[in-house]
Amino acid sequence: MSILVFVESAEGQIKKTSLEAVAYAHALGSPVTAIALGAVDQGALEALGKYGAQKVLHASDARLNEGVIQAYTSVLVKAMQDENADILVLANSSLGTPVAARVAIKTGASLATNVTDLPETSSGFVVKRSIYTGKAFAKVELKNQKKVIALKKNAAEAKEVGSNVTVTPYAVTLSDADFAVKILSSEKATGEVLLPEANIVVSGGRGMKGAEHWGILEELAKTLHAATGCSKPVSDMGWRPHHEHVGQTGVKVAPQLYIAVGISGAIQHLAGVNSSKYIVVINKDADAPFFKAADYGIVGDAFDVVPKLTEALKAAK
Amino acid sequence: MKILVCITHVPDTTSKINFTDNNTKFDPTGVQFIIGPYDDYALARAIEIKEANAGTTVTVLNVGTADTEPTIRKALAIGADDAVRVNAEPTDSLFVATQIAEHAKSVGYDLILMGRESIDYNSGVVHGIVGELLGMPSVSPVMKLDIEGTKAKLAREIEGGKEYVEVSLPFVAGCQEPIAEWKIPNMRGIMSARTKPLKVVEPKAVDSGVKLQQFELPPPKGAVKMIAADNVAELVSLLKNEAKVI
Ligand SMILES: Cc1cc2nc3c(=O)[nH]c(=O)nc-3n(C[C@H](O)[C@H](O)[C@H](O)COP(=O)(O)OP(=O)(O)OC[C@H]3O[C@@H](n4cnc5c(N)ncnc54)[C@H](O)[C@@H]3O)c2cc1C
Ligand SMILES: Nc1ncnc2c1ncn2[C@@H]1O[C@H](COP(=O)(O)O)[C@@H](O)[C@H]1O
Repeated sequence: MSILVFVESAEGQIKKTSLEAVAYAHALGSPVTAIALGAVDQGALEALGKYGAQKVLHASDARLNEGVIQAYTSVLVKAMQDENADILVLANSSLGTPVAARVAIKTGASLATNVTDLPETSSGFVVKRSIYTGKAFAKVELKNQKKVIALKKNAAEAKEVGSNVTVTPYAVTLSDADFAVKILSSEKATGEVLLPEANIVVSGGRGMKGAEHWGILEELAKTLHAATGCSKPVSDMGWRPHHEHVGQTGVKVAPQLYIAVGISGAIQHLAGVNSSKYIVVINKDADAPFFKAADYGIVGDAFDVVPKLTEALKAAK
Repeated sequence: MKILVCITHVPDTTSKINFTDNNTKFDPTGVQFIIGPYDDYALARAIEIKEANAGTTVTVLNVGTADTEPTIRKALAIGADDAVRVNAEPTDSLFVATQIAEHAKSVGYDLILMGRESIDYNSGVVHGIVGELLGMPSVSPVMKLDIEGTKAKLAREIEGGKEYVEVSLPFVAGCQEPIAEWKIPNMRGIMSARTKPLKVVEPKAVDSGVKLQQFELPPPKGAVKMIAADNVAELVSLLKNEAKVI
């Protein structure tokens, strides 16, 4: 028996959430095989050993350079068989989650997504998942021998536990049906810290008064090596791209630090940030509801406080 | 063209969540229920497609107990033609998806629209499972959907961007904004919804391999530490030395 981990990459590097998936699988105890699809840097693949993979498979078929859900499903189902794996672990994402769904049906596995913790195995195999958009958790038992587990960010800490391993090429056979969904083109932000992956997020709301004022938030984000986010009205008004909108109907983030500037803290916004470890709120209204969900708060004008904060951070480096 | 829209009946986004029976049951006391916000986008897009294409019908489906009927009627008031309720507690994703797939097989839809995720279970998998069960492609989360004859062009949101894809009908899509604007029922819609057909069918048994043990609420948040606006250095020091996050 082994555990298979599907690792996702962006710009040739393994995503941090996938390193967490490798760490999670390592903590489960059985030998871990990681599998990467499409173009990934060799060094990044070898380094998966450090996070707990005994073996790394690389399906470098160029047709897998884009994340095609059904093709990825076929490859992972076959790899589970080849590796005699009962468990597939992966990270929740726009690719990972639908792939998890399809693999679970094809393999007859018990499926859980949005998983937040290592399983309790004293009686059965029980995982905890985040539900009601972060407002609650459900403990569910995965009863089938085969299991597919998709992790929410921070379900395990990516720690170095081993050393580099050799990477084995993995040959795939793919059919036309695997490419029924044809990817025509894509637009991806490059060189930026991706919001769902970020350790620190600097987020702005309607209090920022307009797209032209985002410079001070971007400067703060750059100083902290953070991703930028926003509230829903901000993306609705086109001040920021849709993929930066955080909340119930947007991205759910789980960074170490979330800095909210000029955001009132509506419950739908909080739903996307309540898994953050620490929350800082900067708002000129002392009664803004966001302060109740914050760890640290400053009542003040964003246009005054943010540049000063950026300066203080630079000075403290 | 026949379109199926699958809707959930979920607590309003402002609801406080509580459980009863030793944390094994959701407590609906004082909770207002709505159509899942993402499902509402799917429904709105389906109605737009219907309005632009004569002869198109929109059926809504919910797997739920009789309590969900007001929510189903609201979808009919928004403009769906008829509805199906599979009479069961929606216990898990495979159970729900199996009921949807069974119904879809019996009718043969050209397009099955859902939300990207439910806001109670947040699984994000029912569309993928239905696709797999019906042998159809599935695409999610979809921000734009245009039908062009027997094909469709879609925009799918990915981390940090978008992907443009093409797929032949039939397929399953999990929708999100800005695919369409939410629609509000008008008086005529509300009146006509009362007499539109709502069929109740019994579920198929499924052994899903997943069993709920218990719900849990997150621990309460500690009190906020306030820092003076002219003392940002203190914030920096707290983030460094107390929170240890920078
Ligand atoms: C079904 C549904 C789903 C939703 N989903 C989401 C979601 O996913 N994400 C989301 O964000 N919202 C969502 N919303 C909207 C949500 O209810 C709020 O309307 C929204 O979050 C408010 O955005 P905001 O805080 O930027 O704006 P506002 O509520 O207008 O708040 C602006 C804040 O800025 C402060 N401010 C003003 N000027 C300054 C200044 N100079 N310096 C400092 N502070 C200043 C004000 O005091 C105020 O607190 C949803 C709503 C519904 C109904
Ligand atoms: N009980 C249900 N009845 C009908 N459709 C559902 C039900 N549960 C989930 N769905 C559909 O599946 C989508 C994804 O749900 P989930 O996989 O639970 O996040 C939802 O947005 C709905 O469109």
